[in-house]
Amino acid sequence: MDKKIRMKAKDVDFYYGPVQVLKRIDLDIFENNVTAIIGPSGCGKSTFIRLLNRMHELVSNARLEGSITLDGKDIMAPEVDPVEIRRKVGMVFQKPNPFPKSIYENIAYGLEVNGVRDRDFIEQKVVESLKKSALWEEVKTRLHESALRLSGGQQQRLCIARCLAIEPEVVLFDEPCASLDPISTHKVEALILELKKDYTIVIVTHNMQQAARVSDHTGFFYMGELVEFDKTEVIFTRPRDKRTEDYITGRFG
Amino acid sequence: MRLKIKRIKEVMGFNTLRLCMLVVVMILAVIFYDIFSKGAGIISWEFLTKPPVDGMTKGGIFPAILGTFFVTAITAILAVPLGMGCAIYLNEYARDNGLTRFIRLSIRNLSGVPSIVYGLFGVTLFVDMCHFGTSILSAGATLGLMTLPLTITASEEALKTVPRSYREGALALGATKWQSIRTNVLPFAIPGILTGTILGLSRAAGETAPILFTGAAFFLPDIPNSIFSQFMALPYHLYIMSTQHHNISLVRPIAYGTALVLIALVFLMNLVAVIIRYRLRKRGMAHG
Repeated sequence: MDKKIRMKAKDVDFYYGPVQVLKRIDLDIFENNVTAIIGPSGCGKSTFIRLLNRMHELVSNARLEGSITLDGKDIMAPEVDPVEIRRKVGMVFQKPNPFPKSIYENIAYGLEVNGVRDRDFIEQKVVESLKKSALWEEVKTRLHESALRLSGGQQQRLCIARCLAIEPEVVLFDEPCASLDPISTHKVEALILELKKDYTIVIVTHNMQQAARVSDHTGFFYMGELVEFDKTEVIFTRPRDKRTEDYITGRFG
Repeated sequence: MRLKIKRIKEVMGFNTLRLCMLVVVMILAVIFYDIFSKGAGIISWEFLTKPPVDGMTKGGIFPAILGTFFVTAITAILAVPLGMGCAIYLNEYARDNGLTRFIRLSIRNLSGVPSIVYGLFGVTLFVDMCHFGTSILSAGATLGLMTLPLTITASEEALKTVPRSYREGALALGATKWQSIRTNVLPFAIPGILTGTILGLSRAAGETAPILFTGAAFFLPDIPNSIFSQFMALPYHLYIMSTQHHNISLVRPIAYGTALVLIALVFLMNLVAVIIRYRLRKRGMAHG
């Protein structure tokens, strides 16, 4: 059964100043799938995921060639507002980055900057997002306490809730468990599997077991190239490329 | 043996540094003691609320206090918004290229320009070209220019302390750049910005050279009635009392009293900065 392609990178070359960090990337992201991007440090995987919601534009000397599309439309086109892309393509960062506000305000923030003024609607969204991110039971009695008082794992799930509140279509996870303990990691992974019913998910991870556990498709990046991209079971059982095999069997990385 | 030498070096190094600190503290203590012991005697309600009388040999320094207050207010109105705006632009919007680095370097250099040069510049620009005359406005604007580099630098440093993840987090939620700055960067930079700004203003309040040609008066019987009036100011009054008065030894206590009031004023402004920072930090929920 062929799934629908939501996002597509085609012939993407990416440079920081004179340095080319991504070479000829071609990658399809399927609807309601989890696509994992794996590879050793510095292979360009985080750089790549940040292209998908145009976060790369925050770096002043970044340059991109090729195209990235969302539902067939080029998201890099000059007439496209990056704000609109980031609303549709949400992102959860490597290090939990709750704002130093209350739990409630953290989630309301995304709605407010997008022009939502209706307090009832915001309230309803806060509850709904916290439930979706499996955090509701733990925080329902202290919504107005500082988000910084939550544990690392709870903070990361709050960041996920914050992201879900603005109803994105695609959610990008940039090594979401890199700073979490195993139990929190397990919770986030369970959440990702739950979320893929409603969202299209891309996750960057340096943890191969994690990629194997949560993803449907896996891309292996190495030195700025996409060495291999296939169904996750294929990548982990019958990789075609020697480098992929060496990496997943732990011979380097 | 080697260990012993290491140990001696350690003790010597530590004590040398401690000595440096003690020397600085001593100098400050002597200055404070000198001014306080010679100036405290003349401070009274009358001294603070009455104008000078009898050829400035008696009476108070009220017009000078008021003048300094007005001029500093003009300085703040000019330097704070302009400096903050400039810092926000430089730190948040401007690309990091040769031009912005050059602008930054120029701003740093401007804060090293002697204040008398600002005074001369103020005469040309505000007194003559803008036809503000010698006035509170001209003097305040001159001090504003002088304070700008400090305000810009302090604001930029404060903005730099706000983690990048606050900006990225906001942008990733579909906030525009300005929304992210206004709601997620500025609130956390404000304490630092205010501290730096108030320090800059307190320095401006104590300056003599820039107001010398731009509006400060030797003596005025009345308090200023508009921003186009001339004014008396504490630092200038102090200068007059210690060097230009016809009977310097007679008015020495007044000079010391003026110095004490000026120091107290500066101290008070710095205290306000500390309090504001403390309160905002508490409200900011443990940031920085």
